[in-house]
Amino acid sequence: MSELLIAQGISKRFGGVQALSDVDFTIGSGEIYGLIGPNGAGKTSLFNVLTGLYAPEAGQFTFAAQPLARLQPHEVARRGIARTFQNIRLFANLSALENVMIGRHIRSKAGVIGAVLRNRATLAEEAAIAARALELLEFVGIAAHANHAAGSLPYGDQRRLEIARALATEPRLLALDEPAAGMNASETLGLRALLESIRARGVTLLLIEHDMRLVMGVCDRVLVLDQGRVIAEGLPQEVQRDPRVVEAYLGAPLSTAAGAGV
Amino acid sequence: MSRRKWIGFALIAIALLLMPFALAAVGQTWVRVINLALLYVMLALGLNIVVGFAGLLDLGYIAFYAVGAYAYALLGSPHFGLHWPFWVTLPIGFMVAAVFGVLLGAPTLKLRGDYLAIVTLGFGEIIRIFMNNLNAPINITNGPQGINLIDPLKIGDFSFAKSEVIAGLTLTGPMKYYYPLMLLTLAIIVLNLRLQNSRIGRAWEAVREDEIAARAMGINTRNIKLLAFAMGASFAGLAGGLFASMQGFISPESFGLLESIMVLSMVVLGGMGNIPGVILGAVLLTGLPEVIRFTVVPAQQAIFGKVLIDPEAIRMLLFGLALVLVMNARPGGLWPSAVRKRELAERHEPGVGT
Repeated sequence: MSELLIAQGISKRFGGVQALSDVDFTIGSGEIYGLIGPNGAGKTSLFNVLTGLYAPEAGQFTFAAQPLARLQPHEVARRGIARTFQNIRLFANLSALENVMIGRHIRSKAGVIGAVLRNRATLAEEAAIAARALELLEFVGIAAHANHAAGSLPYGDQRRLEIARALATEPRLLALDEPAAGMNASETLGLRALLESIRARGVTLLLIEHDMRLVMGVCDRVLVLDQGRVIAEGLPQEVQRDPRVVEAYLGAPLSTAAGAGV
Repeated sequence: MSRRKWIGFALIAIALLLMPFALAAVGQTWVRVINLALLYVMLALGLNIVVGFAGLLDLGYIAFYAVGAYAYALLGSPHFGLHWPFWVTLPIGFMVAAVFGVLLGAPTLKLRGDYLAIVTLGFGEIIRIFMNNLNAPINITNGPQGINLIDPLKIGDFSFAKSEVIAGLTLTGPMKYYYPLMLLTLAIIVLNLRLQNSRIGRAWEAVREDEIAARAMGINTRNIKLLAFAMGASFAGLAGGLFASMQGFISPESFGLLESIMVLSMVVLGGMGNIPGVILGAVLLTGLPEVIRFTVVPAQQAIFGKVLIDPEAIRMLLFGLALVLVMNARPGGLWPSAVRKRELAERHEPGVGT
């Protein structure tokens, strides 16, 4: 398995808070890689550094053998990393279809001139954008909502829409920030199937998640952060038994931590 | 269907062609009013790109109108002795305004909402004050006296400012001006409609809805915002050039903060983000004060024998009142966009659920 993303010594500080210190990990191409840890462990900060929203104090990411140093978020997206947000950030007043169409922005090129002239190339591109967007809505299973305002969709469907929008940018790595948050058990099950089928499309997944049953079931490997540090990494079963992980979550022996729902 | 559409288009075209004659039958003033309304439609549509599409509240928008007007005036008046033809000066005004749009937009890229409004307001005033003071040490703008005797639109010997009789029809200056104004307004409307439903238009909407998400989707928000500023400003620059040529005289006074607010009111009152709404807003806010002037004053004279309240004196008061009333009754504007309707609807009822 080739390496897709390498993080080396990522450190990020907010005033007196060390959000991330010296975080190293490697994600292989085609993996579903889990990122877990208690609240405030630095998971979302790591996402924000990865996607260019924050600049790290030290360390760097290497993506597909290219360094990501000092790239703006839109440049990171262009390189092939797409993300979703913990607090859903859809274009709430636009339709679901328009949301996904906006995701096609970097993979299409019509400018002002094209828009104004509406020549054949632009019209063809527009049609392709709409067709692709609809295809992605079908893929995540919310095509029926294509013309509804994104903000009016049920919560689980909003999460799915965010995934469709991110997929529209044709990422090689899709970073999902708590995709199962707020979902009921059957929705989570559906999400798991969706994650597997995304992987089947050749997209590598990086997953922040609190739902342990989902993480243990779907992730190939898991990284555990606590207070900005990596405290464990490896196969889900190994990590689950790691006394440091259990302590970080519960401060209690393994017997009580086994099973689901942390 | 398509045939019906063509008949519709033809009827509208005929109505637009005959409009100045119909208005002239009532009075030449009304031709001037419609011309002014067309200028405001251009301005409002330009501002709509910035405020309505990209969601950037610009309170200094009239500065670009000024830039266009001065560009036209300086290149086509005795002030510098230059008399370049309008088909050179109007595009120059358009471009210079676009450049100013980028220049004034660039420092504001990180700002949003109230802060952006304050900074753009400042920029607008700076431009006006520059126009007022750039008469020394080198006299560029002729200061507060303004620039006089600006060339009208002219093709060969055909001047758009003079009255003449063509084929038995009397065409006054304003009536002639109506046609190029209407033509350019229609062009700007088409441009706006096409931009809105395009990759660029969607990127603007994305920036308005959620800038961070837009960036994460790969949209270069800096460039896309600058593009909005440039496009918006360029329409104002074009309108400014036409204004200068039509009036024959401009001075910094015409480009004050009140004008910016006026154009913004047109956008907001008509329906931010909705092109037909914005056009309606511009026409109403230009036309209504004139209607009031021509009805209220004679009415007062008829009833009281003298004018008790001069509507001109309380014009801004009436505007304010109109805005308050409309915003209360129709928060999305008189003709709101679908997106804005959704936005307002959601505040009253929660999501639809499964």
